Amino acid sequence: MAQKLDKVDAVIVGSGWAGGIIAAELTKKGYNVVGLERGVDKDQEDYIGTKDELRFSRRYEMMQHLNKETITSRNNQDATALPVRTNENALFGTNTGGSGVHWNGVNFRFLPYDFEIYSKTVERYGKDKIPKGMTLQDWGITYDELEKYYDRYEKMAGISGEENPIGPNRSDKYPTPPMKDTPAIRLFKKSTSEMGYHPYHIPSANLSEQYKNPDGETINACMYCAFCETYGCDFGAKSDPIITVLKTAKKTGNYELRNEATVTRVMHDGNRATGLLYTDTKTGQEYEQPADIVVLAGFIFTNTRLLLLSDIGKTYNPKTGTGVIGKNFTGHFNNMTYLGARGFFEDKKFNNFMGAGALGATIDDFSGDNIDHSDLDFLHGFEVQIQTTGNRPIATNFVPKGTPSWGKEFKDKSLYYTNRNLYVNALSGSLPWQHNYLDLDPTYTDFLGNPLLRVTYSYTDQDRNLSRYAVDVCEKIMKKMGADTVEKDEITDDIEFNSSFTTGHFGGGAIMGNDPKTSAVNNYSQMWEMDNLFVVGASSFPHFGNYNPTETVGALAYRAAEGIDQFLKDGGGLLVKGNQVKSKT
Amino acid sequence: MTDKRSDDDKNLDEDGLSRRRFIKNTGMVAGGVVGGSLLGGLLTSQFQTDEETKTDKKQETSSDLQDARMFFNQNDFKVLQAATERIFPEDDNGPGAIGLGVPYFIDKQLAGSWGTNAKDYRERPFLKFNQVENMQQKDSENLPPNPQGAQGEDQKTNTENQRHQSRLNRREIFLNGLRKMNQLSQERFNTTFDEASEEQQIEILQDFESGKVKLKGVAAENFFILLRVATLEGAYSDPLYGGNKNMDGWKMKEFPGAQPAYTNKISQDEFAKIKPISLTDYQG
Repeated sequence: MAQKLDKVDAVIVGSGWAGGIIAAELTKKGYNVVGLERGVDKDQEDYIGTKDELRFSRRYEMMQHLNKETITSRNNQDATALPVRTNENALFGTNTGGSGVHWNGVNFRFLPYDFEIYSKTVERYGKDKIPKGMTLQDWGITYDELEKYYDRYEKMAGISGEENPIGPNRSDKYPTPPMKDTPAIRLFKKSTSEMGYHPYHIPSANLSEQYKNPDGETINACMYCAFCETYGCDFGAKSDPIITVLKTAKKTGNYELRNEATVTRVMHDGNRATGLLYTDTKTGQEYEQPADIVVLAGFIFTNTRLLLLSDIGKTYNPKTGTGVIGKNFTGHFNNMTYLGARGFFEDKKFNNFMGAGALGATIDDFSGDNIDHSDLDFLHGFEVQIQTTGNRPIATNFVPKGTPSWGKEFKDKSLYYTNRNLYVNALSGSLPWQHNYLDLDPTYTDFLGNPLLRVTYSYTDQDRNLSRYAVDVCEKIMKKMGADTVEKDEITDDIEFNSSFTTGHFGGGAIMGNDPKTSAVNNYSQMWEMDNLFVVGASSFPHFGNYNPTETVGALAYRAAEGIDQFLKDGGGLLVKGNQVKSKT
Repeated sequence: MTDKRSDDDKNLDEDGLSRRRFIKNTGMVAGGVVGGSLLGGLLTSQFQTDEETKTDKKQETSSDLQDARMFFNQNDFKVLQAATERIFPEDDNGPGAIGLGVPYFIDKQLAGSWGTNAKDYRERPFLKFNQVENMQQKDSENLPPNPQGAQGEDQKTNTENQRHQSRLNRREIFLNGLRKMNQLSQERFNTTFDEASEEQQIEILQDFESGKVKLKGVAAENFFILLRVATLEGAYSDPLYGGNKNMDGWKMKEFPGAQPAYTNKISQDEFAKIKPISLTDYQG
């Protein structure tokens, strides 16, 4: 029997960027907030002295233990989904700060085109350009409306950046200057400039200098030690929720974070959410936490699954295309959207072991709709980048094609080329399709007996054509950079989604829009059907841009926090009226 | 014998700051006390000056005492030694798997929670035997020698998820595979795998890699991928796990290990030759 606790103003699932930002904003205004985090309690000191590739990158120290809960995955509706059993295929963050602690720190804003993708595509190319089955839709918000929240997020996180020469409007410059450059970055910038493109430094949450944010939190300067991805920062020099928003929230005295608390249901009466039901995994005791406002700010799989388990919103039906919960699952996929060209240099050595998570350069000349798609067999685009994340020795053993993967020749060549190779790759926009979606698995359950979330996903010619075009561009750039041998990644006709969820970039399931028939939340991340329930995070992306998602998650969280405050002041109601929604009064 | 503290104080560098105490200061920085760019300069210069004195000294004491089996029996371990050495052989670059302690590394890893897949989802139903004994899409099943993907990540094969659907845990897969290796060697060459010639060992390993061998409950390719990756892990992980002895794996690869900072070097054009440090020293 669940023990009922005292009511609070707001209860939040998750303590990552989305949950942390909302917690900070609400507690600063005096609301009392409880956060529920399924992972264990972590602080910055837990990450000091942890440059250990085996522990973090191979044994997945910071990732969700799949023995408690995972997802299942398949390629089409006729297949039986298999559980994703090991972290080799599932890098899902957990513990205090969530994925925001082990991220690389790459910070992009999505393009104005992204937010109005349907309208702008139709306007420029006509309706027929959108292939049958592609469920493109506008976000119900424009870039200009979101810009101030992007700016707030950047100032909170202290993002180090260089002006994008062909980027959208900004109300202010980056709070800290760009990071240092490297020989590889200089070579990339020089080569792409000469080719007529517009290179700039990747905007980074690995800070170029020590910075105090508007909330008074200090973030240190990056040491370029090359342990970012899948690691917490040794120096408190990578913006993460622990050293920024969670700290801010705790300082107010109005925030309580409960760790090892697995949320299983949103409690509701059909019209309003009344609280969250969760299990304390240390004791097995079940609790009900009542609240005026309920916020789901977990990873997209958590948010979507909780809505489905709680029977909130209309479940998406891939056959008819009706319903919304589970719709438009998209993302970046490691054997499709992270491809490019590798160059091997015979006589030139780079310090490939140095780096930082978001240290690199990129060009936006092919992003979104920046190229004319009239004669192309795909929509959307990609950014080409060189990333000097810092190669670690177990994971990186790059050898020219034709080299065996073990034995004498492999050992010799993998050692020789360790610091004699560079990689230029493209990150492309993943567009939604009617057949790609999320629902509950009929067979497999978690440690508490609740159904796992099931992913159904397959690639289309859109993905393959876009990726081939992108890889060709990468190849040209790598040749221009002077590599002796350039090998571009292959995209075969039968390449298929491999049920590997290792990029951390996934979206959809509870998407944002201006029509309750085709979206789950409005542009404040407020559920159309339950106005005191807010679902925040990449779960609200109607499609995936070609950029990394975090900054857009952060911006949407700032907007949601503003909406929640408004909602509490106004005494309820929808913050935006949908196209089809009648006024509640 | 001197204790660690006084040992440290003897190893003061010219600025009069001990390595160990210096690392403690790094911890202070993490708390936000000292400005980062200033520290970056200090760190890189500090860590190169007193390099020689410490690392070599430590090796004499403890590492050999760790070389004992926790999981494998004697015969299985001999097969493991021979197999890992074929995957990562000794050559002009330096030691191979055995010299680096890789077999003991794997033994320790299997003895721990990784060996029983403790973090993995292990609920039934599992796939039927014949589905996990044969990997599909043969052309893409081998671990790519040149893995694609950004940020140093291996590109996963199309059958990636299916690869982990065996009901066997890693300990069982290893025993299953190594014993089959030995059995094949006896059948084909009339000798145990570890006594077979290099060419004979390579022939058998290739048959595992390409799936010509049939194992029970797991595809031979899967066992091979596990063996190959575990060998590389043992060659290149921090020495605290029992492999990468004397940091020789890192030295061959010119990987400097747990360096605190490259702030002052990262923009420079020339290649930086830096003596590696392990977590034993870094954590202080």
